[in-house]
Amino acid sequence: MSRVLAAFLSGLLFGAGLLVSQMSNPAKVIGFLDITGSWDPSLAFVMAGAVAVFGVAYFSSKRRTAPLLAAQFAMPSLRSFDLRLVAGSLIFGVGWGLSGFCPGPALVSCAFGDSRVWVFVAAMILGMLPYRLRPRPRSIPSQA
Amino acid sequence: MTIVDFTPLSALIGGAFVGLAAALLWWTLGRIAGVSNVLGSVITEPAGDNAWRIAFLAGLLVSGLTAMLLAPGAVHFELKAGAGQLVIAGLLVGFGTQLGGGCTSGHGVCGVGRLSMRSVVATLCFMASGMLTVFVVGHLL
Repeated sequence: MSRVLAAFLSGLLFGAGLLVSQMSNPAKVIGFLDITGSWDPSLAFVMAGAVAVFGVAYFSSKRRTAPLLAAQFAMPSLRSFDLRLVAGSLIFGVGWGLSGFCPGPALVSCAFGDSRVWVFVAAMILGMLPYRLRPRPRSIPSQA
Repeated sequence: MTIVDFTPLSALIGGAFVGLAAALLWWTLGRIAGVSNVLGSVITEPAGDNAWRIAFLAGLLVSGLTAMLLAPGAVHFELKAGAGQLVIAGLLVGFGTQLGGGCTSGHGVCGVGRLSMRSVVATLCFMASGMLTVFVVGHLL
């Protein structure tokens, strides 16, 4: 129960940060990406604030062997650089620039009463399926 | 280039909240607060360790709902894209974040905060293609 509560509070605080910083405002995001037009550099400060705080929290956790409410830290897998990382991020950026939405702000905006947000979220979820559900080779041969 | 609508203080404070939220999830559950990975896992792995993921996503939804209930006038929201453009954008964001293993939060905040070179590269890529897209859509088309 405390794990669920911690995750809920994290999501709530995360969303509050997106709201306060206006990262949840697509026009503001596009203003940041529009470097050749009327540029609004604000979101670089969102990034800087978030990276600094999380960076301190992450590196100060190195002294611990386990988090407070779980058996171990789930370190992201140490995949090396590959085409998927670069291609996926480039594709994501195109969608981000077309809409002004990345996943977090889109979810926060669901309650803003604009049905176009739901259209975006539904399409985003649909877009997640092909790569997630792709057929993967089995690590153990099915027949000896 | 001209600088407009610059709000560095609220951006920095909001950003610190985001960092604090990610720190809370890391220190309590040892998990990375990457929204695209959390959402993708919940949808495609229904049998997984999903209680915390659903709670985290619920927190995001409730934050927006709470803001609308308590202070709707303070919520800034302006969406210019039409539904058709949003369908294409949504498909690209969904597919791209899963292929690339993260989005603005997982790579941009947590990954860069961990000094992961993979995440630095990913962040530079989506920033660059986002800027290029806005340039093409806003100034060329």
